[in-house]
Amino acid sequence: MSAFWSTFKRDFALMWSAGGGVVAPLGFFLGAAALVPLAMGPAHDALAAAGPPLLWVAAAFAVLATIERLFQADLEDGSLDQMLLSSAPLELIVLAKGLALWCAIGAPIALAAAPVAIALQASPSLVPAIVVSVALGMGGFVGAGLTGAALTASVKRGSVLIALIVMPFFAPPIIFGSAVASSGFGAAFLLLAGCALAYLVLGTFAAAAALRLQAE
Amino acid sequence: MFAAFANPARFMSLSAWLTPVLGAIAFILFAVGLPWALAYSPADYQQGETVRIMYVHVPAAWWALAIYAFMGGASLIYFVWRHALADVAARAAAPIGAVFAGLCLITGSLWGAPTWGTWWEWDGRLTSMLVLFVIYLGYMALRSAIEDEERSARLGAILCMVGLINLPIVHFSVVWWSTLHQPASIFRPGGSAIDPSMLGPLLTMAFAYLALFGALLLMNMRAAILRRRVEGARLRGAA
Repeated sequence: MSAFWSTFKRDFALMWSAGGGVVAPLGFFLGAAALVPLAMGPAHDALAAAGPPLLWVAAAFAVLATIERLFQADLEDGSLDQMLLSSAPLELIVLAKGLALWCAIGAPIALAAAPVAIALQASPSLVPAIVVSVALGMGGFVGAGLTGAALTASVKRGSVLIALIVMPFFAPPIIFGSAVASSGFGAAFLLLAGCALAYLVLGTFAAAAALRLQAE
Repeated sequence: MFAAFANPARFMSLSAWLTPVLGAIAFILFAVGLPWALAYSPADYQQGETVRIMYVHVPAAWWALAIYAFMGGASLIYFVWRHALADVAARAAAPIGAVFAGLCLITGSLWGAPTWGTWWEWDGRLTSMLVLFVIYLGYMALRSAIEDEERSARLGAILCMVGLINLPIVHFSVVWWSTLHQPASIFRPGGSAIDPSMLGPLLTMAFAYLALFGALLLMNMRAAILRRRVEGARLRGAA
């Protein structure tokens, strides 16, 4: 377990301090969400119907913008070889990186989803459901993103490629999460939770398999 | 059985005659199937003449799914047994499958405009088919982006196998969700529900698409193997 926590602490510290830290993805999310009413027009009813689901798209883009360097930096500076040599399973280390990504980016965006949902005219009674579902959904995005980042770790400037590979798999969390934004805790929320947890587990294993190939 | 075809030289001599044979079969089946479907089959009692788009749209959809399943199987065989030609087959099949998926989406849209009154609808079947098309594009992009051939093959194999989850979603989307797209008429429990006068041209077109896929696949695979030989010769010549 110490390998898990030391990897988590290292990656969390790196994400917190480097490249704008936690403020940059948060600001990206706020900016992207602010573009929605600018595009749709401020009419209250239209915005209330379509606005909150669109914050899911902004959250997905925020993840896509930050995962490119997740494994690429480790591949380049040799940390990946150290991870492969350690006695802890690579899947555990990948999970620790995913957890660090979620803590640095997923959780802050989930919390920021509360004021953003209100700004996009969501009904206040749905806001707790929106926050919890975004937190779960970001976990699912992280799981899918781990696989995409591991597959493209050796490709220079691969952020668009990661987006292309990973976006089809973002579809189910976005579909179910947006349904939560209009219906609260219910069947859609349970489907979202199942989907997110499945992505985390399967994504960890797929990412570890891909990373073993990258290091060869 | 697959091990017998792992030898590229044996594959090249087999495909040297099989490719034109499949091409000829495809030509004949299209020559029979297209007039039969587009002119000599009955019009639908509800849709009229627009039903003829079905004979182009449905086989394209079937084969877009089946080709992805083929790629998934080939990727698994390559990933587990390092079968040399399995990876070549997966990479060669991808553009053909992508074109079939795109054809399915476009002809479906053209069919939906007069019959449903809409060019597109975000229901389960259409959305999951669009997702399949994007997965094809992502696979082709990943394979071209990684220069090292063996790494590209193994990482592509992982991506292709991960994408297999979409296939049952596409097939069962018309069962699980209330969709605008009609439910399954042929691959369903209880057998086919389509009239034999329409089933004939539909199956002819389906086999025509299959023969076309076979011919194009073998052509792509031969080109890939020849490209590898050229690269090898160039590297040896430079030494």
